[in-house]
Amino acid sequence: MNNLSSVGLITTQYFTFAKDQPLALESGETLGPITLAYETYGQLNADHSNAILICHALSGNAHAAGFNAPDEQAPGWWDDCIGPGKAFDTDKFFVICSNVIGGCKGSTGPMSINPQTGKPFGLSFPVVTISDMVRAQTHLIDHLGIAKLLAVAGGSMGGMQVLEWAAAYPDRVRAALPIATTARHSPMLIAFDEVGRQSIYADPNWNRGDYYDGPRPNAGLAVARMIGHITYLSEASMHVKFGRRLQERARFGYDFETDFAVEGYLRYKGNRFTERFDANSYLYVTKAMDYFDLSDERGSLIGAFAKSTDLIYLVVSFTSDWLYPPYHSKELVSALSAVGADVSYLNIQSTWGHDAFLLEVETMTALLSSFLDRLVKRFEVRPPSGAPSGGTP
Amino acid sequence: MSGAGLRADLDVIANLIEPGEKVLDLGCGDGSLLRYLIDTKRIVGRGVEIAEAKVLACVRHGVTVRQGDLHEELRDYLDGSFDTVILSYTLPYLNDPALIVTNMLRVGRRALVSFPNWGHWRCRLTLLLTGRMPPAPGVPQAWDEPPRARGLTIADFTTFCAAHQVRIATATYLQGSQRIPDRFDTNLRATWAVFELR
Repeated sequence: MNNLSSVGLITTQYFTFAKDQPLALESGETLGPITLAYETYGQLNADHSNAILICHALSGNAHAAGFNAPDEQAPGWWDDCIGPGKAFDTDKFFVICSNVIGGCKGSTGPMSINPQTGKPFGLSFPVVTISDMVRAQTHLIDHLGIAKLLAVAGGSMGGMQVLEWAAAYPDRVRAALPIATTARHSPMLIAFDEVGRQSIYADPNWNRGDYYDGPRPNAGLAVARMIGHITYLSEASMHVKFGRRLQERARFGYDFETDFAVEGYLRYKGNRFTERFDANSYLYVTKAMDYFDLSDERGSLIGAFAKSTDLIYLVVSFTSDWLYPPYHSKELVSALSAVGADVSYLNIQSTWGHDAFLLEVETMTALLSSFLDRLVKRFEVRPPSGAPSGGTP
Repeated sequence: MSGAGLRADLDVIANLIEPGEKVLDLGCGDGSLLRYLIDTKRIVGRGVEIAEAKVLACVRHGVTVRQGDLHEELRDYLDGSFDTVILSYTLPYLNDPALIVTNMLRVGRRALVSFPNWGHWRCRLTLLLTGRMPPAPGVPQAWDEPPRARGLTIADFTTFCAAHQVRIATATYLQGSQRIPDRFDTNLRATWAVFELR
């Protein structure tokens, strides 16, 4: 995307809470103090009614849009959709994104220093869940002076947080936008996550999570990321992207160097990932996803949304997403329809697999901006003062 | 009251809707009927539509819509969730009309169904004189043009309702945009029909 519609230079901010009273976690353990890294884009309006929380996926972070430095190579992870005139229009909305707890991009996680020992937590960090991540976010939203979010939006694991917000805090959200996600991690998803974790465990550098003083389990983490990348693509998109093309050689090498372009891609992505992600965080965050199941004791989703019927929902899936297939989203839509909620649903035609939620920018922009416009009208959301937007005197 | 720019059958449907009703529109297209009803009758509207472009148009119109096939989507709604369930112009395109109509009356207090009448004299004459399948009145769609339609007449529909114990509460017959009274030859004269089913 062009830089003309960028939010520009953005500074990541930090909020620390649960200093005196630690946060009670779903596992029964406690955690505190907790720091959340977060960024905000746009301005809060006079009655604080224009705030939208963006929730990130497994490998995401608080840096969703703009640039943290003038020479930063790439903008934030959802810059295509957040900015002036974009789907999440920062001329109209105050957009917030925070790094999840258990993460490694500024929020408290396994690589943070344990105040009790003065050393990184490693595996002594308590296991966190999607519900814990969201509870931590409620503290940030309180801190920002927002009683009720206009919307919570996110794809993949971000979508799970969206669903958790809707189910657990229906009084604090007007609209929920779960994208390319599921109400419960399927056995196949758990299986892929477990292979990723096993790959980290098998790296001798992992040392049961105690590696912060020495070499890191990069080989294990890279393989975990490669598996992840395969699941984010589709057979068709791999044909288009790589085909059977060779990587920097004219014929087969009959050796075990990189022959195919797809191998080169995976190796590159795997290695790059180790530069920006912590292996222990990968374990914690995938575990949180695997534990996620919104359904009640009887396995029904209808119960989960029983108190969340006043929200307005937009559920989005992608036809070629086999990781979070459209029927997972349809199950959500069915449950929400059954409880009488205001739910819209679109299964966007795409060949890009799970990655489509970041790539189908044109359709997503048309869909999201129309839906958000409706919220603006419905709840009479005024633009922030000084915003270059007409309409309201 | 006449709906601004509404197709004649939709105008009939709109006039049958009471203010504040909960309305489900099956095959809602770009959502313009629901939008009109929200604006003029303050209804609570829900739409189901299969085509992506039309779903996007609905969202653009601020209408709640879910993408999907009616044969599946209708299952999700609980009994009596709606005051009115609308099926305008979609009937000839259904694979299983009985499934849809019975489910419309399960999830709604009543159903409003409109369709073009292939029993109209011009259709009959076209087939008789040219030996070629006539398009529906006011719907210039050739037999092989997608989506494929299976034509029906007013007589077909009333027989269908009797066979499925569906009560016809009211029937409105149109010739173009004009309402015409019900007579012995309605199936010859009407180009469209709107049925209120209970």
